[in-house]
Amino acid sequence: MDILNIFKLALGEMLSPTTITFVLCALGLAVHFGFTGLLNFGQAAFAAVGAYGMVISIDTLKLPLFLAVLMGILCSVIFALILGIPTLRLRADYLAIVTIATAEVFRYFMTTIGFSKVTGGSNGLSQFGSEFWAMNPIPAGNYNFGFATYRADQLYVLMVGWGAVIIGALILRLLMRSPWGRVLKGIREDEDAVRSLGKNVFFYKLQALIIGGVFASIGGMIFVLNLSNVQPQVWTTNFTFTIWSVLLLGGAATILGPIAGGMIFIALISITQGLMSGLVDMGLLPFLTQPDIAQIRLLLIGLSLMLLVIFRPQGLFGNKKETQFNG
Amino acid sequence: MANSNAKSTDQIAIGEIAPGCRKVDPILIADGVKRQFGGLTAVDVAHVEIPRGLITALIGPNGAGKTTFFNLLTGFDKPNQGNWSFEGQKLAGMSPYKVARLGMIRTFQLTKALSLLTVIENMRLGAQKQPGESFLTSLIRPLWIRREKEITDVADTLLKRFKLDAKREDYAASLSGGQRKLLEMARALMSEPKLIMLDEPMAGVNPALTQSLLDHIKDLKSNGTTVLFVEHDMHMVRHISDWVIVMAEGKVVAEGPPAIVMKDQAVIDAYLGAHHDTDLGTLAKPAVSRTTKKGDK
Amino acid sequence: MNIALRNTLGRFGRIVAALTILFSIFGGPILSQASAASTDGSPLIITGTVKNEKKPVEGVEFRITGNGLDEIATSNAEGKWLLEVEKKGIYEVEILLESLPKGVGLRDPEANIREANLNATNTAAVLFPLGKDTRVVQPIGDQIIIRLFAGLNLGLLLAVAAIGISLIFGTTGLNNFAHGEMVTFGALFTWLFHVELKMPLLVAAAITIVLSAGFGWLQDSALWKPLRKRRLGLNQIMIVSIGLSIILRQLFILFFEGDTKVLSSEYEKVVLGPINTTSSSLVSMGLSVAALAFVAWFLTRTRIGKAARAVSDNAALAAATGINVERIIRIVWVMAGALTGLAGILYGLQFQANYLLGAQILLLLFAAVTLGGLGKALGATVGAIIIGFVVELSALVIPIDLKYAAALIILIVVLLVRPQGVLGKKQRIG
Repeated sequence: MDILNIFKLALGEMLSPTTITFVLCALGLAVHFGFTGLLNFGQAAFAAVGAYGMVISIDTLKLPLFLAVLMGILCSVIFALILGIPTLRLRADYLAIVTIATAEVFRYFMTTIGFSKVTGGSNGLSQFGSEFWAMNPIPAGNYNFGFATYRADQLYVLMVGWGAVIIGALILRLLMRSPWGRVLKGIREDEDAVRSLGKNVFFYKLQALIIGGVFASIGGMIFVLNLSNVQPQVWTTNFTFTIWSVLLLGGAATILGPIAGGMIFIALISITQGLMSGLVDMGLLPFLTQPDIAQIRLLLIGLSLMLLVIFRPQGLFGNKKETQFNG
Repeated sequence: MANSNAKSTDQIAIGEIAPGCRKVDPILIADGVKRQFGGLTAVDVAHVEIPRGLITALIGPNGAGKTTFFNLLTGFDKPNQGNWSFEGQKLAGMSPYKVARLGMIRTFQLTKALSLLTVIENMRLGAQKQPGESFLTSLIRPLWIRREKEITDVADTLLKRFKLDAKREDYAASLSGGQRKLLEMARALMSEPKLIMLDEPMAGVNPALTQSLLDHIKDLKSNGTTVLFVEHDMHMVRHISDWVIVMAEGKVVAEGPPAIVMKDQAVIDAYLGAHHDTDLGTLAKPAVSRTTKKGDK
Repeated sequence: MNIALRNTLGRFGRIVAALTILFSIFGGPILSQASAASTDGSPLIITGTVKNEKKPVEGVEFRITGNGLDEIATSNAEGKWLLEVEKKGIYEVEILLESLPKGVGLRDPEANIREANLNATNTAAVLFPLGKDTRVVQPIGDQIIIRLFAGLNLGLLLAVAAIGISLIFGTTGLNNFAHGEMVTFGALFTWLFHVELKMPLLVAAAITIVLSAGFGWLQDSALWKPLRKRRLGLNQIMIVSIGLSIILRQLFILFFEGDTKVLSSEYEKVVLGPINTTSSSLVSMGLSVAALAFVAWFLTRTRIGKAARAVSDNAALAAATGINVERIIRIVWVMAGALTGLAGILYGLQFQANYLLGAQILLLLFAAVTLGGLGKALGATVGAIIIGFVVELSALVIPIDLKYAAALIILIVVLLVRPQGVLGKKQRIG
């Protein structure tokens, strides 16, 4: 078993476009749940709406990339409005069920053959990346960073993705330290109290839903740009709950939490998988075979979700007092 | 009574003092407000006026509909029918936050201190007209920092007055029950309300804090704020209120100056119906005001 | 507190260990041989071309299942379809007849499912020769009757599973996201005992129901009760149940593999007017009705049942009148386990089973419970039957692959318009 290699792989995964996507979605979920107290179980759909919005704008509407990205963001805003206007008056657990159901409905609609001319159906779409790749400013070639070697196109995606994470985190920091963020936190604590102080709670919740959704949509766009394809099977409830794990690991009511949480989460899973795989090769885990190891990944996500919520709801970086499940 | 500057009855009400009587200068007028839960009528107020600039107590036995009436007036619950207005502005159907913005601020029976915000953040949240509370402005600090400083100064003054200044940076969760009541009241004052509606401000407050709470309520009046409060404790009511409104079974059954209302047969009936051991002072003289309840019989 | 934590952890560890042992005793020997991923790195592909009278047919859908996979592939303008898979092994490819153009059918109408063997090669081609549709087009009246029957069948199954959710929500306030896995549990264990260990179906089903009841008991005593004692918020417990559902699903796939299991091959065809059904479907419907009747009797006529309803109405009040709330909750969990296991058995017998079975119907169950009014057992039954009808009847007017979406849209609309459910009492919410 090559321990060094396992750690190198983990380091690579920590920075990977997948991590970027999870981090952006988790930052959005932090706005929803950590700061405002909204139980959104449909974050995968926000990412998917952004991704499909952008891809269909390029593929069907023939828009340039820049406008297509704006379209993706616009779609997620509209999605938040459609989802939020009727549901934000509901009880928290009803909101959870409505969001998860809406996310599944959206996935069914992206999969159905009826719209496959536009959505690509279950095969998805893949002819949209050329403009993105053409904008790569990094000269072709391989770049060695010790733990990993990146091609120019890989480096380009990472640069764009982490750039988005940094800008997004800075914006969130400004927002959450402002009186606007204060109102959101107040709503998380007790929305009636905030109402009684003359704040339009519904409007703030809607704003929070939109902002968090836009973060997820950008995450979704980076995910599909990196793969150069978008497929409906990606945006399942498992995707959503992975984001929940990331958020809860880092700390729901923080900004650093989702970022560090995402990186640590992915690294831990990668290392566990690597170690188990090594042990299986050495015949030390007779119950398991190599393909089983892939299943362990999701199992770990479920386990961490359970243990975090029970034993450390504030996450690694959160203040114990500042995470609340008002249930 | 305890209020040295108390107005005489005819300076407050017009004509005969009876449930629903008109006031010289009402700040809040409710008309035919009715709320039913299933088949039960929780509130059925034919007419009531709250006098401006005074302390009015809303009393009544448990289940009399006081809190529900509060909820209705402030938009937290919707009545089946009825109209009410605040300073001439119709409020029926208005959202709670809009009611609050008009200067009619309420507190809650179960204190709603925002536990995971610090005391000072709780206070700041109470202030109105904050540019930093709109999304776009919030991103640009210079646009809201001046107002933030202003409201922080106001908050610090209030905290000092309510003796919470030592707790400034603590989470509200760490406060005692009484301190939370104080914080909630102080927070409500951040918006400089014209009418403050306190739902059982004394409930769960230890006796040591009670006196200072009473003083604060009296201070409110001297600063020109109208106070309407729900309370169980009769002694408290007698001490600080200028006017008392009695509810029973959803209806206003009596009103008047505290000294007189406490002797009212309808009030005694209403209370004795609920709990016999309530001390209403001397239970001797006949009622001064007629009651709708008696009239119905 | 710390001791409580350790107890919880310790207990949980023990369950995992117990489950592992249980699985290694029962599951170990019968697990099919390990499927290895493609070793040379080239992709594994299942593919095919559909042509009708030598012209490619676009938009035909194929459902590919097996080895943990359940996906749909669609033919393109050249009539070509393909799916890349991760694991070697044998897959089942089903051509979805609904996706064929009008008047086009299979040349061999019986062969709508074929195998794709990727054990030896990296590409498996699966062909479905098309020809004139020999299926008889039924008059719309008959179609409606057929759909109503199918809807009733599905609705009854959902009802048996949904009552458990409803009882648990009523007594504990928990929206249990791991409930679907209890359905899967019933289906997979019946397959294990009946198909793999060759026990008679009734014996296998009986053991499974006992195990399911035990599973409910275990969940409550090892996990949910300690969490209630720790006064974890309901939303927190809900997220714990999500974690549990993911874990259980992965355990199922580890121990039962991801392929689709056929629980029973003995289908006796029964024709009732326009309805073509099987004897097992009829028996299943009968059993569902019996189970539902039993629950109704239990809740209204027995002391424990009445106590359970009292706890649902107001736990504090029930406790004050001397009802042992924790004991009632335990009984509810055991009952929910048994009922949900039964639902899994019936579902598996009629529709086959894999590790995703429960997860796929979970939202339908929530829809049923919500429709009927959360926490109301009778409501859940009515809600489930409505959902069954909606799912099946919607297929008459919208594409068949959106029929679940239709049920979820109903769920969303109900929550928005009438959050207390169709039968629930109106109350103030939020």
